[in-house]
Amino acid sequence: MVAHALKSSTGVEIDIRGVSHRFDLEGAPLPVLNRINLTASPGEFVALLGPSGCGKSTLLRLVAGLEPPSEGEISADGVKISGPHPSRVVVFQDPTLFPWRNVRDNVALGLEAQGLLKTRGVRIEETLRLVGLDGFAKAYPHQLSGGMAQRVSLARALVNDPDVLILDEPLGKLDSLTRLTMQGEIVNLWRRAGFTALLVTHDIEEALLMATRVIVFSERPATVKADIAWDKPYPRHRDDRDLVARRREILGLLGLDASW
Amino acid sequence: MSILTSTDAPPTDRAGRALSGGLSWGGLSRATLAVAAGGAWLLFAFITLHWPDLGDWGRGEETALAAALFGAAIILAGAIGVFHAPVAARLRRSTPWFLALGVFFSVWQATTAKFAVLPHPFFPPPHALVEVFCDDWSKLAISVAASIKLELFGFAAGAGAGFVIGVLLGWSRAFGYWVHPVMRLVGPMPSIAWLPIAFFAFPSSWSASIFLIGLTTAFPVAVLTWSGVASVNSAYYDVARTLGASPAFLVFKVAIPAALPHVFVGLFMGLGASFAVLVTAEMMGVKAGLGFYLQWAQGWAAYANMYAALLVMSLMCSGFVTLLFRVRDRLLSYQKAEVQW
Repeated sequence: MVAHALKSSTGVEIDIRGVSHRFDLEGAPLPVLNRINLTASPGEFVALLGPSGCGKSTLLRLVAGLEPPSEGEISADGVKISGPHPSRVVVFQDPTLFPWRNVRDNVALGLEAQGLLKTRGVRIEETLRLVGLDGFAKAYPHQLSGGMAQRVSLARALVNDPDVLILDEPLGKLDSLTRLTMQGEIVNLWRRAGFTALLVTHDIEEALLMATRVIVFSERPATVKADIAWDKPYPRHRDDRDLVARRREILGLLGLDASW
Repeated sequence: MSILTSTDAPPTDRAGRALSGGLSWGGLSRATLAVAAGGAWLLFAFITLHWPDLGDWGRGEETALAAALFGAAIILAGAIGVFHAPVAARLRRSTPWFLALGVFFSVWQATTAKFAVLPHPFFPPPHALVEVFCDDWSKLAISVAASIKLELFGFAAGAGAGFVIGVLLGWSRAFGYWVHPVMRLVGPMPSIAWLPIAFFAFPSSWSASIFLIGLTTAFPVAVLTWSGVASVNSAYYDVARTLGASPAFLVFKVAIPAALPHVFVGLFMGLGASFAVLVTAEMMGVKAGLGFYLQWAQGWAAYANMYAALLVMSLMCSGFVTLLFRVRDRLLSYQKAEVQW
């Protein structure tokens, strides 16, 4: 595989074992995940596809450690995940930058929270350059476009050298052109750094352009419906014949093959 | 073109030519306005000197002299402004107010000291206030200093307590369980109602007043801080937690900065309410401050002193509000300021 040859391989293995999850809605339990088994190898780029509201974002929250699963266990390199940790950083659909901090201080957030600002502060400038935002360090979030804000939130995650990058529809709210650019950029960053990437998206084409593996979930409560290995060399093209065929196949799995 | 609209005109149109230095219609009409404003102050001086006072007030001549000098200065500046753009630019904003004030003082002088249209002891003429400021300034200064000291201590205590209570209410369920009912019971009650109890429960009327001012300030600050902390977008916490934030980091670096715009609304409300308590406390028991001065002036039927004290008081309160807005603008500089105080 071309992609893997470039990696420095710092990613970890994420092991999801028999995970079920319920939300408590005014006393009535709402099951969202149903006995999910899934293992992401170190350095793998796994895309999670599924119908809206099926629970895939919830699975990411569990992997991030923001909530404990109702049943089952998730581990990173064999160590049980019991809470959030800066080695597993999330990029959310909303950039959720802190409006009272400028770009630099937003990116510095993780280092500051871990008390690493003095020793690793130089990483901030580097990371800003990496996402194409050098020169914007002093700008405030309200002065940024949607794409720039999402780049800042990407830098805020990457500056911590994560082992796992959790991408919860990070490009969902961007205009389609910015989206195309950033799909390529995120893939490049992943190939350079070698972290394990988990991406939730609604866009089949995006999953097939970016990931090395695509998981298709069923309706809520989600179960794994298909697990598709997708070792296509980068850069990929959206009109590639294999990609179009896969796209049709996945549309079928989602019950949308009749649509155009 | 009326004199008023000529001043409203943006500097880029007709006025723009005047700014470049040459004579123009806009420049001339602004000069006319300056002459009118200066004239109003000269009229004020004339009224003050020409008719004898119908009462016993001093400082009439000094007031007239100052008004005449000021009027002449406005006219001179207006004349210079026709040829010299920077002076014209500085004058443009103020001349309408100068004119209005000149007319106001003229009418005030005529209706009080000269023709006694307004009832005699209750409405002193302008130079009676000048007399107070010239002859009683030391007592006024002491009063202002006392008021500022009391207000600062009380407000700081109340703002600090309210802020801490608000953060704890927003953060700790156990604290909320005990404090929320107490706050609902005590908070909305006007603090002045505590005044009789406070004056005998505290060692001095001064410390009692600090308690009352603090109580008044603390309530809105606590409620607004609480609502600010409670309404922080939970995604901020998620972001900070995944980046390795400790609970202390979540409070001090996430919740409090995010709640700060609310806190300042609370501080503004608290400050406004605290002025009322300050003046009342000074009138009722504290033997110092502007409230006490007002009370004392009323006892002697010294109405000019009362108006002078009111003027000073309004400047002081406005100064406090300005200071608060300055601090706010500094701390919340990332926000686009909607209101310029």
